Amino acid sequence: MSAELFFGLLPITVVDGLSIGLMYAMIALGYTMVYGVLEFINFAHSEIFMVGAVVGVELLVNLLVPTGLHPLFQLVIAIVVAAAVAGALAVAIERVAYRPLRVRNAPKLVPLISAIGMSLLLIDVMRLILNPANPNRPFPTAGSYDFFSQQLDLGFVAINFKTITVFVVVMLMLAGLVYLVNYTNLGRAIRAVAQDQSTSSLMGINVSNIIVLTFFIGGALGGVAGVLYALKYGVASPVMGFIPGLKAFTAAVLGGIGSIPGAVVGGLILGLLETLAGTYLPLMTQDQIGTEYKDIVAFGLLIAILIFKPAGLLGKAVAEKV
Amino acid sequence: MKHTASLPDRSMLLIASTIISGIIAYVMILQKNNIESYFVTPVVMFFCFNLYFASAWNVSRVAKIVAFVGVLFIGIPMIGFTNSLYLQVAVTICIFAAMSLGLNVVVGFAGLLDLGYAAFFAVGAYLWAIFGGTQANEFIAGNLFPLNGNLVFIFIPIALFVAAGVGALLGLPVLKVKGDYLAIITLGLGEVIRVLANNLNKPINITNGSQGVRIAPNPETSPLAFITVPLSEATGIPFFQMQLTMYYVLVLLVVLAVVIFTSRLDNSRIGRAWVAMREDEVAAQAMGIPLVRTKLIAFATGASFAGAMGVLYAAVIGFINPNDFNFERSTQILAMVVLGGLGSIPGVIFGAAIVVSLNQLVLVEISRVIGLLNLPPRFDPTQYQQLIYGVILISMMIVRPKGLIPAKRNPAKLENLEHGELAKGVK
Repeated sequence: MSAELFFGLLPITVVDGLSIGLMYAMIALGYTMVYGVLEFINFAHSEIFMVGAVVGVELLVNLLVPTGLHPLFQLVIAIVVAAAVAGALAVAIERVAYRPLRVRNAPKLVPLISAIGMSLLLIDVMRLILNPANPNRPFPTAGSYDFFSQQLDLGFVAINFKTITVFVVVMLMLAGLVYLVNYTNLGRAIRAVAQDQSTSSLMGINVSNIIVLTFFIGGALGGVAGVLYALKYGVASPVMGFIPGLKAFTAAVLGGIGSIPGAVVGGLILGLLETLAGTYLPLMTQDQIGTEYKDIVAFGLLIAILIFKPAGLLGKAVAEKV
Repeated sequence: MKHTASLPDRSMLLIASTIISGIIAYVMILQKNNIESYFVTPVVMFFCFNLYFASAWNVSRVAKIVAFVGVLFIGIPMIGFTNSLYLQVAVTICIFAAMSLGLNVVVGFAGLLDLGYAAFFAVGAYLWAIFGGTQANEFIAGNLFPLNGNLVFIFIPIALFVAAGVGALLGLPVLKVKGDYLAIITLGLGEVIRVLANNLNKPINITNGSQGVRIAPNPETSPLAFITVPLSEATGIPFFQMQLTMYYVLVLLVVLAVVIFTSRLDNSRIGRAWVAMREDEVAAQAMGIPLVRTKLIAFATGASFAGAMGVLYAAVIGFINPNDFNFERSTQILAMVVLGGLGSIPGVIFGAAIVVSLNQLVLVEISRVIGLLNLPPRFDPTQYQQLIYGVILISMMIVRPKGLIPAKRNPAKLENLEHGELAKGVK
């Protein structure tokens, strides 16, 4: 390929990769926060993301578009509702599928299997609700929604408003999360529980409530990411959660699981690398290696990071608690 | 042992009922054209009860063997001549039982969650589908393929080693870190293998992409043709029905071999190391168990079973495509293991039998009824298999984490220790 083509595609690929990476980061935060508190991979998180996306899109299509409000305003309402629903769902899942196991102090394998089951269950329940013959829910594009497809020309790169919306919303959410975790009492309680459950309960923290809160925040972030993902790719469907969930987990491990800045850094790196691979691999090999191989790049990265730096880029190596 | 007096009666009863069911099945073959298909179901259920009582009752060994051999090797093939549906289901149960027994080594014995088990299955299945059909001609010159079907017996050990190698290669980096990561890595591996199967049709067409690979059925070169052809000529039973019966006997023998192998493993030095590691990694390490090596052996053993069964699957079914090996397949096998009981050999076989018959008999029947009642097709349960696996996984974990037939481990008794019985294996 020519250098001209290479550099011509670079800016838009980078912008695209960063916006995807930010969405991965949002999902990864759900994994990493729950892991930080409970040392447990919430496999159902990818389906919470999916539910958030479907709820947001359904709400937009059925209730908000007819109102004729500005699409950005509609999107904000959809995001808030999707976040609330996804957060509530995360709490409900914790209540039904994880807490009974935690209470009886089951071996680690048990909640993991239960989480996998929950993930499968949610996919098919959503298919049942949406009608499996046609489960895809396209994001509205007609009428005033043209707005999101418009390009903003920055000279070196033209970005559409979808991508800008993704950037702005994720930045706001991340700022809010950083404030919550680092500068409020609630955040201090979360960090304390992540560090040592029994000691923090001695300090007057209601550990159970903090766990519920962690699930809620993680779920809500996942729900927001879901709506943004549907905006970016134009569709929400019951099976949309699997691959982004896997990628987001990779991002969480890449950055160091349990670490909030790690999840963001991991998400950005993964999104960038994967988009670059997806764009340039087919170009460089004359389409002999298709875009689908970007998934393999992501998992190759996961395996590489586990070999060379199992604690992740920003994580600290900790000895297993005995 | 208090009810010794009643033992011979039950044994006799079991043998008698096995013989009676055999006679019924034989009569059914003779009267094949006069028998309605719904008459077959009660006979099959009668067989199942026989099997159940043979395993649940405390009967003499002879009676057990008579019941198992009678039902599995004589009764079910005879039913198969009348109605091949049940024989197909039995073949599928056997294939999945053997695979779940392999996954049981990883998840049940060693406590490592493997969510990409179908990947190893795919390795074996593609190995045979490519070389046993004409697909290999696409990238190997000379029109050498398809290979003779009987080479499948050479490909089974090849797949065993290839899959074990893939498992070891993949497990090596992952098993050093904490166990939680293994679940997600194997999930990723399952996805990678599916992507590869879907996309390796260019630059060289190896897997034929999303269209899958078909092995054209050919009576002369199919596996076991040297027995099937003469048998089918001698008995007048159509070739493909005879072939299905032969495949059934073959997979049944494989399951038997796998059962013997895994139960020997369970009671071996490495089996005890797995259990120790599963219960407490730190304590196991303190007792001198090399964690990475022990995990790696479990992981590769499980993978090798899946690889071998993949070859058989491709040979028996004759058509594979990338979607046969997706995440749903992995969770299906996991659901079988969890339902039957983690670490329990009879439980896992039982779990495989339940899940397969649920999918292929019960759900199909319900969906037929839904069709008859003119209910909307979205309520057709055959498309919600993941829902069923999900419910199985969650409810078993919450209500009965040890499964329907929990694993039994003989606790070490002091008197045995004193007599040095246990010490034999410990060394």
